[in-house]
Amino acid sequence: MPNTQELQDLVIQVRRDILRMVHKVNSGHPGGSLGCTEFLVALYNEIMELKDGFDMDGRGEDLFFLSNGHISPVFYSVLARRGYFSVDELNTFRLIDSRLQGHPTTHEGLPGVRIASGSLGQGMSVAIGASLAKKLNGDDHLVYSLHGDGELQEGQNWEAIMYAAGNKVDNLIATIDRNGQQIDGGTEDVLPLGDVSEKFRVFGWDVLEIENGNDLNQVITGLKEAKSRTGKGKPVCVVMTTEMGNGVDFMMHTHAWHGKAPSDEQLETALAQNPETLGDY
Amino acid sequence: MTKYTDQGKQDTRSGFGAGMTELGRTNPNVVALCADLVGSLKIQTFIDENPERFFQVGIAEANMMGIAAGLTIGGKIPFTGTFANFSTGRVYDQIRQSIAYSDKNVKICASHAGLTLGEDGATHQILEDIGMMKMLPGMTVINPCDFNQTKAATMAIAEHEGPVYLRFGRPKVANFTPVDQKFEIGKALMLSEGTDVTIIATGHLVWESLIAAENLEKQGISAEVINIHTIKPLDDEAILASVKKTGCVVTAEEHNYLGGLGESVSRVLASHHPAPQEFVATQDTFGESGTPDQLMEKYGLNNKAIAEAVLKVLKRK
Repeated sequence: MPNTQELQDLVIQVRRDILRMVHKVNSGHPGGSLGCTEFLVALYNEIMELKDGFDMDGRGEDLFFLSNGHISPVFYSVLARRGYFSVDELNTFRLIDSRLQGHPTTHEGLPGVRIASGSLGQGMSVAIGASLAKKLNGDDHLVYSLHGDGELQEGQNWEAIMYAAGNKVDNLIATIDRNGQQIDGGTEDVLPLGDVSEKFRVFGWDVLEIENGNDLNQVITGLKEAKSRTGKGKPVCVVMTTEMGNGVDFMMHTHAWHGKAPSDEQLETALAQNPETLGDY
Repeated sequence: MTKYTDQGKQDTRSGFGAGMTELGRTNPNVVALCADLVGSLKIQTFIDENPERFFQVGIAEANMMGIAAGLTIGGKIPFTGTFANFSTGRVYDQIRQSIAYSDKNVKICASHAGLTLGEDGATHQILEDIGMMKMLPGMTVINPCDFNQTKAATMAIAEHEGPVYLRFGRPKVANFTPVDQKFEIGKALMLSEGTDVTIIATGHLVWESLIAAENLEKQGISAEVINIHTIKPLDDEAILASVKKTGCVVTAEEHNYLGGLGESVSRVLASHHPAPQEFVATQDTFGESGTPDQLMEKYGLNNKAIAEAVLKVLKRK
């Protein structure tokens, strides 16, 4: 097993980054970011094969695409702490003239980002395209993507889901963040998604589940299992149950913190629940 | 000046297909995607010769645009193919976010543009696509005039780094530009010199403009005809040089007068050299079923309409 203590420390530090970033500009999306912290920390520090530095083509390394771009705080923090850019730059999140736009973009040349996302439902198609390019290039590295569960309400996903299975895009691992929440409430109240795993299965994907996506060990084990299932003629889907706002008690079990920043007092409480580990930016 | 003659009617979409065949043989990075319209886009030869570089996505244009964006990551040069309506309006946000804003090297190739799609009617006849595409930052917008030029443009855009919208059509029309032309993106082509009026045309209306100029000459009117195959970036200099000489302009395009070539020309003139302008274009309307010729006649998009617009604009000089 990996050194989960180091990764656990990183998880706590990333949570602090997320909270401080959105607090500073009084905007951004802490809920989904906190829910996917373990996933992104594990992916970038334990699962993906990455080259040093960054180039857009990403040949000879694994790629990741964030489709639910609003969880940019966790993406930026994990990228910075993986060394793609200075952690000090997290200070510029959502500010004028920043490379850390509200939603991720390639436009300002931020290392680590290969596609703009934010308008939902587009990331799986892009990830499929990148997977096809890898096959054409004889590059046996993998493509990972992350999607919100509410995002599956966008029809383009189902075009992509159908395509990937029909064309055996088996170097792709798409993870669904099944937190059951979206802006207007629970996913099953807003527009029921039903059995997400079964839906992917009947579309022809190999599906596995991570029961607790906020348990680092479960995430690592699940993603390793997903990796072992690639190259077998089917795209792989990981349905990962997470808790929005995980790690901050008052942000959990509600959709209220989807796109809302904590007050000064709330930040203090939240940070106290996540004491500094690797050093704040 | 060269006198242009019709070398035999051909469709511009076949020019695209011929360009793709060439690219398939010469550029290993070029890949093609199609949303269930291979026959209409004339790319069967490319597919036969390069099956591994062709992606049939089915009737799923949004997914096609996203896959195209992803294919650029790894160095591919994707050409997407479907009708102009489904290449633009249907997938505007996918193009905006995944291609234009993400600065992806995707070539959006759009057939059956405008009224000349004909009998299928207004659901398929897009007259707003140039406007939508030219408004996207970083997007190059090209509307070649005949088979030879469409083939040349198809090959040229593969060499251009960045997103491109390439618009062409369905019907067989005059093929009159040189067979071996070099296509220079953004460079207007002077087809016929004149002193009284400038006719600035794009796409199918270029040939109609040449006919109009010939007929006007018989009435003693000297018309200069400029082929604007690249609507963005627009060749401001060529337009200004001509209008400074002639003092008035008629723009001609198979597109709504809102958002089309005409408005781009107006912007250049208003900023640098205001001059009377008449617009040969559809007048903020949808199309309808009919033959291409009937439709171009009814909606005022032929040489007769261009000549009438010239007489009108001359009175305003």
